[in-house]
Amino acid sequence: MSSLTEERRRMPAPALRQPSPPHSHRRRALAPYLFLSPWLIGLLVFVMGPMAASLYLSMTDYNFLQDPNFIGVDNFVRMFTSDPRYLSSVVVTATYVLVSVPLQLVFALALAMLLDRAIAGIAIYRAVFYLPSLIGTSVAVAVLWRTVFGSDGLVNAALGAIGIDTTHSWVGNPDTALMTIIALNVWTFGSPMIIFLAGLRQIPRSYYEAAEVDGAGHVRRFLSITIPLLTPIVFFNFILQTIYAFQAFVPAYIVSNGQGGPADSTLFYTLYLYQQGFANFDMGYASAMAWVLLVVIAAITGINFLLSRYWVFYADGDR
Amino acid sequence: MSTLTAPTSRGPAAGDRRQPPTNRSRSGGQWMRRIPIQLLVAAGALAMIYPVLWMASSSLKPDSEIFSGSANLLPETFRWENYAEGWNGLREPFETFYLNSFIISALAVAGNLLTCSMAAYAFARLRFRMRALWFAVMLGTIMLPYHATLIPQYTLFYELGWVNSFLPLTVPKFLATDAFFIFLFVQFIRGIPKELDQAAQIDGAGPLRIYTTIIFPLLRPALVTGAIFTTIWTYNDFFSQLIYISDTALYTVPLALRMFLDTTGESAWGPMLAMSTLSLLPLVVMFVLFQRQIVEGISTTGLKG
Repeated sequence: MSSLTEERRRMPAPALRQPSPPHSHRRRALAPYLFLSPWLIGLLVFVMGPMAASLYLSMTDYNFLQDPNFIGVDNFVRMFTSDPRYLSSVVVTATYVLVSVPLQLVFALALAMLLDRAIAGIAIYRAVFYLPSLIGTSVAVAVLWRTVFGSDGLVNAALGAIGIDTTHSWVGNPDTALMTIIALNVWTFGSPMIIFLAGLRQIPRSYYEAAEVDGAGHVRRFLSITIPLLTPIVFFNFILQTIYAFQAFVPAYIVSNGQGGPADSTLFYTLYLYQQGFANFDMGYASAMAWVLLVVIAAITGINFLLSRYWVFYADGDR
Repeated sequence: MSTLTAPTSRGPAAGDRRQPPTNRSRSGGQWMRRIPIQLLVAAGALAMIYPVLWMASSSLKPDSEIFSGSANLLPETFRWENYAEGWNGLREPFETFYLNSFIISALAVAGNLLTCSMAAYAFARLRFRMRALWFAVMLGTIMLPYHATLIPQYTLFYELGWVNSFLPLTVPKFLATDAFFIFLFVQFIRGIPKELDQAAQIDGAGPLRIYTTIIFPLLRPALVTGAIFTTIWTYNDFFSQLIYISDTALYTVPLALRMFLDTTGESAWGPMLAMSTLSLLPLVVMFVLFQRQIVEGISTTGLKG
């Protein structure tokens, strides 16, 4: 602000100013593009261009070394008819999204409501519950997860303490490996929790007081006030966490040494895409996989927006 | 696309409008009734944080003690050597990896703050043809999964000879490719009174001067948020570092941890956990220092933590 006032002081009084020369108008018209130019170049070179190129590559046999040959929809046919690993990566990813996102949001909402009850030390609790979100996608935590869910890890130690002695390796067994990664995503419920907390804070106290006067109990108040008024936030969290979950990579990569094992049980979609593109250099196929992912995420998001009309309640009625 | 903003935000200043925490305890009896909830939440918090505490304490234990089946947090014998061994456990010492991570993060912050705020200024304040369309395009790119551009980008960087350097990780940031921050800054600039621009305009200031002397300085709170989240995301980013960097001397912290896991594997858990613990330290320090900005950034925009 101080620089502005200095600027003003140095300016001549308005009356003395000459009318601006015509070329400054042209300069004005160019100014927006000047400010936009880095973004426009980036959009063209790093987003639009590559998107178009990957759409083309998805219909080729591009292998990074030779020029791509056009093969039509062969890649897409291969995915769904003759690539069992692809189909299993779809099942693994779908299971992960369908199980971990709702669980994560249930925990987020439950904890947000508990913390909203003006509990002592809310700032500390909020920090503790949020911390996993901050570090959850790091390699260090994935390493930790491998250790904790290993055959002599923390989980088995805890089970031993309550009398269940086991050397079951949770990450080493195809039946439970995916579960550990789902647990990791649920563990990072802190960031949607913070959004829920902010939403709860905006519900006017008077609504609850009025309902209490009318004799509504805890459950009734939760179902008739909290839930409806919170639906926009549930929707927002759901959309975001779903999109993020589809793209999960690090835990699957680290827990399984980049292989998606055991027995492809943690072969996430993105991990398989990485293997095809950067281990097998089957980059045409990887591009096709990427476009399927893009279309699926866009379609799911679109469907959710359409469905939201039936269950998301906007108090201000502007939508 | 307005739903991209968390519904909790009512414009950029939503953080300032937080209701003061209401004191809902009306009587001592209510407080007593809350004790079970307090205990429940405290137990939950402990369970949540326990694995991290366990990692920190195990990083000081000898390997034999880590897996002795004890969940004790206090090591029986402190083995500080884990840290020295881990630090020098790879071909390069860990200071190289930290330095690399910090260089990439610093460049990403500089690029994001400069070019995203420029684009945001144009979107929020300047008139140009098809502004609404361009704005919609910008919003559309926010949620784009990076896989859709991955292969051609890799080929492009390869042709440019940039693979195995920091350039693929930093140059795009100077071209405002993290569109999320454009959106964040546009929201904030819309909350800056237009009268300030108009007064400067009357004084003969053009867009460049308005941007440098009014908008950019007043954008500071949003720039801080942008810098924090760019740092966290870049520091945590494993995938693009994995595909673009192959030379150990250029390795970042996550890549070094992965290599540690691959080379020493199951034989040196103490040093492995020591380096893992250390690698989380910058994030924890950032969180402690900037907790307010991080919490506000998440609750008003849904920024991924």
